[in-house]
Amino acid sequence: MDGSSPHSVVVKTTCPYCGTGCGVDVRVSGTTVEVSGDPVHPTNAGRLCVKGSALGDTVGPQGRLLYPAIRRQDGDQSMERVSWDAALDHVAQGFRRIIEAHGPDAVAWYVSGQLLTEDYYVANKLAKGFVGTANIDTNSRLCMSSAVAGHKRAFGEDIVPVAYDDLELADLVVLVGSNTAWCHPILFQRIVKEKERRPEMKLVVIDPRRTATTEMADLHLPLRPGTDVWLFNGLLSFLHQHGVVDTAFVEDHTTGLARAMAIADNTAGDLRSVAAQCKLQESALSEFYRLFARTDKVITAFSMGVNQSSAGTDKVNAIINCHLLSGRIGKPGAGPFSITGQPNAMGGREVGGLSNMLAAHMDIENAQHRSLVREFWQSPTMADKPGLKAVDLFDAIDEGRVKAVWIMATNPVVSMPDADKIKRALSRCELVVVSDVMAQTDTTAFAHVVLPAQGWGEKSGTVTNSERCISRLRSFLPPIGEARPDWWALSEVARRWGHAEHFAYTAEHEVFDEHCRLTAAGNRESGVGDRDSGGEGIPRFLNLSGLVGMDKDAYDGLRPVRWPVLAIPDSRLPIPEVFSDGRFYTPDRRARFVPTAPHMPVKLVDEDYPLVLNTGRVRDHWHTMTRTGLSPRLASHVAEPFVDLHPQDALLCGVREDQLARISSRWGSCVARVRLSGEMQRKSVFVPIHWNAQFASDGRVGSLVNPVVDPVSGEPEFKHTPVRVEPFMVAWHGFALSRDDLPMADAAWWTRITGSGFTRYELAGRKQDGEWTARARAMLGVTDPDADWLEYEDRSAGVYRGALIVDDRIAACVFVSPRPDLPSRAWLSGLFTKDRIEDVDRMGLLVGEPFERGEDTGVTVCSCFGVGRKTIERAIRGGCHTPKALGAKLKCGTNCGSCVPELKSIIAQTLVPG
Amino acid sequence: MSPIRQRLVVVGNGMAGMRTVEELLKLDAQRFEITVFGSEPHGNYNRILLSPVLAGEKKLADIMLNTREWYAQNGITLHAGDPVVAIDRTRRIVKSQRGQEVGYDRLLLATGSKPFVIPVPGHQLPGVISFRDIQDVEHMLAAARDYKRAVVIGGGLLGLEAANGLLRQGMEVTVVHVMDTLMERQLDKPAARLLRTALEQRGMRFLLQANTESILGESRVTGIRFKDGTEVDTDLIVMAVGVRPNFDVAKAAGLHCERAIVVDDTLQSLSDPRVYAVGECVQHRKAVYGLVAPLWEQAAVCAAHLAGLGHQRYPGSVTSTKLKVTGIDLFSAGDFIGGPDSEDLLFRDPRRGVYKRLVLKDSRVIGAVLYGEVKDGPWYFELMQKRVDITPFRSRLLFGRAYCQPASNAEQAA
Repeated sequence: MDGSSPHSVVVKTTCPYCGTGCGVDVRVSGTTVEVSGDPVHPTNAGRLCVKGSALGDTVGPQGRLLYPAIRRQDGDQSMERVSWDAALDHVAQGFRRIIEAHGPDAVAWYVSGQLLTEDYYVANKLAKGFVGTANIDTNSRLCMSSAVAGHKRAFGEDIVPVAYDDLELADLVVLVGSNTAWCHPILFQRIVKEKERRPEMKLVVIDPRRTATTEMADLHLPLRPGTDVWLFNGLLSFLHQHGVVDTAFVEDHTTGLARAMAIADNTAGDLRSVAAQCKLQESALSEFYRLFARTDKVITAFSMGVNQSSAGTDKVNAIINCHLLSGRIGKPGAGPFSITGQPNAMGGREVGGLSNMLAAHMDIENAQHRSLVREFWQSPTMADKPGLKAVDLFDAIDEGRVKAVWIMATNPVVSMPDADKIKRALSRCELVVVSDVMAQTDTTAFAHVVLPAQGWGEKSGTVTNSERCISRLRSFLPPIGEARPDWWALSEVARRWGHAEHFAYTAEHEVFDEHCRLTAAGNRESGVGDRDSGGEGIPRFLNLSGLVGMDKDAYDGLRPVRWPVLAIPDSRLPIPEVFSDGRFYTPDRRARFVPTAPHMPVKLVDEDYPLVLNTGRVRDHWHTMTRTGLSPRLASHVAEPFVDLHPQDALLCGVREDQLARISSRWGSCVARVRLSGEMQRKSVFVPIHWNAQFASDGRVGSLVNPVVDPVSGEPEFKHTPVRVEPFMVAWHGFALSRDDLPMADAAWWTRITGSGFTRYELAGRKQDGEWTARARAMLGVTDPDADWLEYEDRSAGVYRGALIVDDRIAACVFVSPRPDLPSRAWLSGLFTKDRIEDVDRMGLLVGEPFERGEDTGVTVCSCFGVGRKTIERAIRGGCHTPKALGAKLKCGTNCGSCVPELKSIIAQTLVPG
Repeated sequence: MSPIRQRLVVVGNGMAGMRTVEELLKLDAQRFEITVFGSEPHGNYNRILLSPVLAGEKKLADIMLNTREWYAQNGITLHAGDPVVAIDRTRRIVKSQRGQEVGYDRLLLATGSKPFVIPVPGHQLPGVISFRDIQDVEHMLAAARDYKRAVVIGGGLLGLEAANGLLRQGMEVTVVHVMDTLMERQLDKPAARLLRTALEQRGMRFLLQANTESILGESRVTGIRFKDGTEVDTDLIVMAVGVRPNFDVAKAAGLHCERAIVVDDTLQSLSDPRVYAVGECVQHRKAVYGLVAPLWEQAAVCAAHLAGLGHQRYPGSVTSTKLKVTGIDLFSAGDFIGGPDSEDLLFRDPRRGVYKRLVLKDSRVIGAVLYGEVKDGPWYFELMQKRVDITPFRSRLLFGRAYCQPASNAEQAA
């Protein structure tokens, strides 16, 4: 392989997918990019999950946004290529015009956990410090803002107090609302591996669904969706009742127990009522409580199932309360652990990417913090109140209060709740700027200006993973087209607004250095001598003073490092673990018990919408598929959007497995294939989040999701929307595989995935017209009447199959049936990698299966009965020495008799000795 | 075994009659004293293989089924070249052309059919022949040696085989057909188009929708004129426009005849229980057959009754056709046109010259046309005859037996 050739160089970088943050070794040789796990990265030690392993498939130019472009104001409203200068002038002037006319809060940024820390830092600085608006929010709002809010309420700062190594030290790992096996595979592998080593280690999974994660659990609690607070209040009460209390810790380092305890006792004081509320077996619940109670080293790791809820922040605090009560925090192998979804959700939090934060973990509403940052930035104007959170932000756009938005590295038309409203809002917005790597996304469709961003492999910077580990993303490919760093584009706009000297960055390490300096600025825990010198300043745990002053080389050579990184003179000393000294970052340095009064999700099921929609990921796709959709390997795991139901509910809804169903809520609807995996509890349905208009006609589950948010964090309730499921009636089902992209005009429903050398379309239609011969050719764009076109038709059964061969290679094929009983796509897909379709493949082409040679019968001798020469020879050797005897045995020669002479000669030849 | 053997007289020394005799000998070789009359001066030969003989692919010796020695060995008296001209059912004797009279206890009529000759002016000219027997083949082979141009009237199975044979013998051949499509009784139009293209590529010429008005020539044929006034020069005309059952003798003997000799399911004449009939001269349940498979089936049933083992019945046949033109694979069977209540399975691969069509009714195959890929023809034919419900493997049926094997096995097991 090229990858092992001596000319290739290994570049160490970081995976751009989930918040696990695995190290990746990249070898580039020629046009191939090979990736493997970085054996020395502390997170993954050489392992990579399937998505990470397929990164090489996703770095090509396919579908990329190559140049800045501005939408024409006249004519066809198409996008016109312009220079970067022209595009940035347009953005700068457009924003300035609106700011001057309507004030700074009339503009906004909507950014992403996909941005690098440097991009994030500059965006936040520009908005909050130089435009003077905090209207910069991020898609991390949709993902882990409840964890942030919970951390801040309990600890005074957004601090994740657990590291991955702790998972291997724990005796009990509780996973709440997390399909870790699919969404954080490497983390899960570390847990599983440790559990294999120490079978006494226990794994409890709390999730309404049965998932790949629950398969590995010692105990699975399939709780009723939305009842987590009852469950953890019950645990708090149970621990208290059974004396599992770290009295010294609670008394010395926390406040607020009494109220939290009273609420817990009142709402979840006895096991039976909790079990009933959560729809769990009392015995299973009690087993979990007792296990938790008797195990010191407990980690409660949680993810979207906790965060994406109207009670998300309370869920987080209900979990943290249990750890505070039992003193299981700040110790090895114990603590509450938020696992983030995105590669740089944490980095974004560090630089203040959320609209209610400032920068470097400081608060926008704290005047002392504000003046510190303002001084540091020397900013002319400073936002002094929280900006709009994601859902409110798009509401404000919809209502015309925000008139310009710059969307970076995210696809809100797909990913936001009530996503059809996002379309409406953007279509009303005066100026929509989108920075993205892809040309065609559901969101770029609404852009007035598009700016080409650098993709993974091109861009350079840092990200922070779920355990506060900062890793470098290094570039190993030249930027495609005119793609530029996002921090550069932002700085260029700042320059156009007269802030050149404050945004005079020439490279990303300069941005990072400024960020590090800000974390150290006025930080009482500067790391010199005592951690808390007791002097002036604001104690902040986020402290990168030890990374200040890196030049380009040092930055390029930066090894993965967990913060805080203090400028301690003797760097060989271990960094004290978080909270190990019992000091928190509230004004009184005590942790807070937060009373969590449970409530059910805001929107409950009713007669019209009787099922609860849960959303989430599938194993091999990421977000809105703009990258994973390019990889044939990843696409084949789950080829199309599906809705998973309990078989009983499917019966009640009148839908059947493999057929299409429409899932509707009060906000919108989508269409997906019905799946009865057996993983769903009654009244619950699951639809994956990934599909969008680029990959399916009607697959955006975001359009259904209710826009209810958590009152504290503003995080939407993605995991609980009342819906109904109905059959999506179609007259035909089909699929097409094609080397060229196909127009999908004829289909009422379609979805598309990438294969090796082709695109696969799953199709369904309503038009009942048996004339498929012409229709299929039109669908596949075959205009030449003499084209090499094979077809099969069973018209009365509504079955049609056609295939186009060009230069002996398969160019396209289409299969249609009234039922979803189509042949497997697997073998057909393989034909697209062949340079030549052999006759034997051609035979099977329209069957959709290879022609399996049975016993070789040889060339046909008797065509009346289809008897082959080899069969005849076998019969001769078996004793049939006359044509008559052969005829009696094989029927050959007994009809027209024309083969009898040949039979005679075969007998003669076969009976010749030797 | 009866001490005094009964007398069986067979009228017609062709494939149907002799197959019946063979079957009879297998059942009871001693029962009858057998006498056979035939109009041709040969033993029994496989008439179907005259086409390959004409095409030079086979020799006459290859197609002989029963040599004169065989008759001798089996104690059968053969009067070859001496057809029966009359039957006296009262006296139970037959009279031959040469005046022989032979008495019978059982009579088997297997007189076959006669080629139909269009009675246009000039049809009796030398050089105008049919394509039915060895003599016709010999005529054609001789003409091919001496002349250049041939016209075959009839674009059916036999006509195309004759035309192909003449083409292979080096003649320029034009096929004249009254319909607008070839082999319309066996092929649907798409298959017929493929066939025509393939034959044209071999050099065969076609005049379709051509009505012959007269045959031109003085001492020998020199041309043909059509009703639209056009003329084509030719040295040989082969009429292959169909056959008519040959039942003159039977009719003269007062046996009940309609389009042919009417027989019941035991192949017994309706008029006379001593008289049996098989082959192309027979009308059974309103059907008259011109293909070989029904003959074999009739022969087996008839022989059983002659042998006194009268438990079999002949229910009629489903027929299938192949064109014996080397390099052209074509299969047709049953009702390949279908009707309002039938269904079609269609496969087209024009680049490879493959066309397949199956006609289904009530989930059974009732007809098939295969062109270019005929390997599965016999299997479809079997499915037709056995009336197999193809529902379990309908989606694979047209792709052939190899693709249906698991499904059909499962069905058999069920």
